[in-house]
Amino acid sequence: MKVRVEVFLKPGVLDVQGKAIEAALGGLGFSGVSDVRVGRIITLDIAGDDRAKAEAEAKSMADRLLANAVIESYRVEVA
Amino acid sequence: MKSAVIVFPGSNCDRDCAVAIERSTGYPAQMVWHTETKLDDRLDMVVLPGGFSYGDYLRCGAMASLSPVMAEVKRLADRGVAIVGICNGFQVLCEAGMLPGALLRNAGLKYVCKAVTLDIVNGQTRFTSAYGTQREAVMTVGNGEGNYFADDATLDRLEGEGRVVFRYRDNPNGSSRGIAGIINGAGNVLGIMPHPDRAFEADLGSADGAKLFQSVAGSALQPA
Repeated sequence: MKVRVEVFLKPGVLDVQGKAIEAALGGLGFSGVSDVRVGRIITLDIAGDDRAKAEAEAKSMADRLLANAVIESYRVEVA
Repeated sequence: MKSAVIVFPGSNCDRDCAVAIERSTGYPAQMVWHTETKLDDRLDMVVLPGGFSYGDYLRCGAMASLSPVMAEVKRLADRGVAIVGICNGFQVLCEAGMLPGALLRNAGLKYVCKAVTLDIVNGQTRFTSAYGTQREAVMTVGNGEGNYFADDATLDRLEGEGRVVFRYRDNPNGSSRGIAGIINGAGNVLGIMPHPDRAFEADLGSADGAKLFQSVAGSALQPA
């Protein structure tokens, strides 16, 4: 099953890349842009056809490796 | 004193650390490849060096924290052996859950490489006892993700328990409360962003880093 894990810095953790991109967008003339956040998307394929199991497994992967709970939150999507 | 420097693929300060330990303490260090599954029980100190372990893939230190040797590093840490994580080594210790917090991208987005003055906040640790009455130390930072972050409750606890060991006088990377180095609750695991291994003799601009290794040697050589 195709699984997609989105990892973002938690709200409140300064996203300096987002800030820099926000400033650059302003420089390009895009006005009114705020709250730019940079994240990471990890896609993977999990064998089998049990959606719930795939989701649980992906969450476990995120907890143990894909995201660092100190600074990041994540969202799992099973296709 | 017996010490080991762990070498991960992408470590680049491993030899610096070995030279720094030997010149500072007079005792040579053994180099240990990250796939090692057994560390010598008689070790007094294990150093996780700076560099870019695993190319900083996913997050700095994330992959290295899962290396086979880390189970052994944890085992020795639980036995009270001194563990020093420098720069990328600090990131590895945080990723391994051996120290609280995480290291974020520098607030200024730039890689910073320069000498910094540190306040020795706690001079009574296994890593700072040799500084005596000296309350500041000059070392070099070289990091792009050295911005120490932890939530306020954790920071309060670290400060309250005397676990903030080094603090930047002029914060170069946006670290929370200017934190440059912390220890674990038991006091035997140190994470430090600046490099004592690049400041162990006057020709390098500062010899202040030598005392960090001498502190560990001093505690190791005391009769039990």
